[in-house]
Amino acid sequence: MQEPSLESNTAQSLDPSGQAGAPPLTVEGAIAQLTGDDPSLRYYAAWWLGKFRVSEPGVVTALIAALEDDSDRTELGGYPLRRNAARALGKLGDERAVPGLLRCLDCSDFYVRESAAQSLGMLGDRRAIPPLLALIQDGMAVAQRVPGRPHLVQPVESILEALGALGATEALPLVQLFLEHPLQRLQYSAVRAMYQLTGKADYGDRLVQALHSSDINLRRVALSDLGAVGYLPAAGAIASAAAENSFKLFSLKGLLDAAVATEGASSEAAQQVMALMDQLL
Amino acid sequence: MVSSSSSISTLITAVDQADSPERLIAAVQALAAAQSPEGLPKLIEALGYNNPGVAVTAVQGLVQMGDAAVMPLLTLLDDYNYGARAYAIRALAAIADPRALDILVSAAETDFAPSVRRAATKGVGMLQWTHLSESESQSAQQRAVQTLQTVLKDDDWSLRYAAVVGLQALATSAPAIAPHIYAHLGHAAEQEADIGVAARITWALSPPESAS
Repeated sequence: MQEPSLESNTAQSLDPSGQAGAPPLTVEGAIAQLTGDDPSLRYYAAWWLGKFRVSEPGVVTALIAALEDDSDRTELGGYPLRRNAARALGKLGDERAVPGLLRCLDCSDFYVRESAAQSLGMLGDRRAIPPLLALIQDGMAVAQRVPGRPHLVQPVESILEALGALGATEALPLVQLFLEHPLQRLQYSAVRAMYQLTGKADYGDRLVQALHSSDINLRRVALSDLGAVGYLPAAGAIASAAAENSFKLFSLKGLLDAAVATEGASSEAAQQVMALMDQLL
Repeated sequence: MVSSSSSISTLITAVDQADSPERLIAAVQALAAAQSPEGLPKLIEALGYNNPGVAVTAVQGLVQMGDAAVMPLLTLLDDYNYGARAYAIRALAAIADPRALDILVSAAETDFAPSVRRAATKGVGMLQWTHLSESESQSAQQRAVQTLQTVLKDDDWSLRYAAVVGLQALATSAPAIAPHIYAHLGHAAEQEADIGVAARITWALSPPESAS
């Protein structure tokens, strides 16, 4: 079962502590740990502050400093603390994080770049568009797998999703390149961004088709993508998709938020989505 | 209609020996259709096969058996597999027998799996009080409303959403406490930061013709 990784969207899958064993933290305790000496506690505190969206100025300052950390390294040269700090800053909504996150796009660690791209998309600052575009300027070449590693040259999925979220219409020609990429989930990221950038139902419908994929993981990705873009015509297809109730509920929540934002809390569209959500509890 | 116990054991064996997901669903479907008390433990076991299609089929069979399935579901609740537990809780919620109140309250408040908590929270609000005497149902409804009000304060939006759904159902099935529930929801609406949950509260408070 994949559910725990879903419950807080993607963050919980990164929970270094596992589920139950983690000590409960206070805000003060987490800040103290983040600036302390123990690398694993610093790593955990960064995750915790993002998870619980502790958006205090002191927290943001400490997390920005952690983006430059050199003490916490993996055997392969990665920067675990930077990854978690970058992820957390996306959730805290403080634009002071933008310059540090932009520098992270040049980090040698793929996962730091990936986290930074995701967070820049969440922070909604259009200054991120040119540097994100630069990372995928070479097209398919940066969407090849790195030999011996479980990832591509660049975090293309996260970059495409960020460009879509930022409304980067200047990215259209580049995003289009990835629509037929052999990796399905990367295709979906491109389709999702194309929908956000063009508003064309063709792209939304393509994500709906992806709900019929034979691979449960791809169906879950499609549910997540449809929720992220709030594609209202997908509501019925989401509710009847062959996936766990939790994934469908969270996807429909994205549609509900979109319906409330565009048509109002008492709109028929919102009530139709809620009627489906009620059945998935 | 299959009824003799030898044919039930044949159906149970078919579930155990199914060698593909399709055959397993078909076997569980056949066992569910038999509606036999002897088949209940196997249907409940099927909730834990980590196959959503099988589990949904088994839940439908259990719900159709109604009251007869309540005690087996309560006693065979899987403490280790939260996927199985969520399906069992959904079955109990759909059967809506108030004997499940203790389990539902405890799952709604303390289960570690949000999916189990959501199903239980909704279930607490859906119970049918007509099975109980008047004094029994008053105290049971008090427990239900307290539980739902507690869950309505949870950090997780999906649990608050489930609490709103449960409270709305409870207000319908327990008219005596409906004014209290609507007042509580109205107050919660003022403090709700999530626009989706706030919309669900608005819907719960809107006149019946549009709340269907």
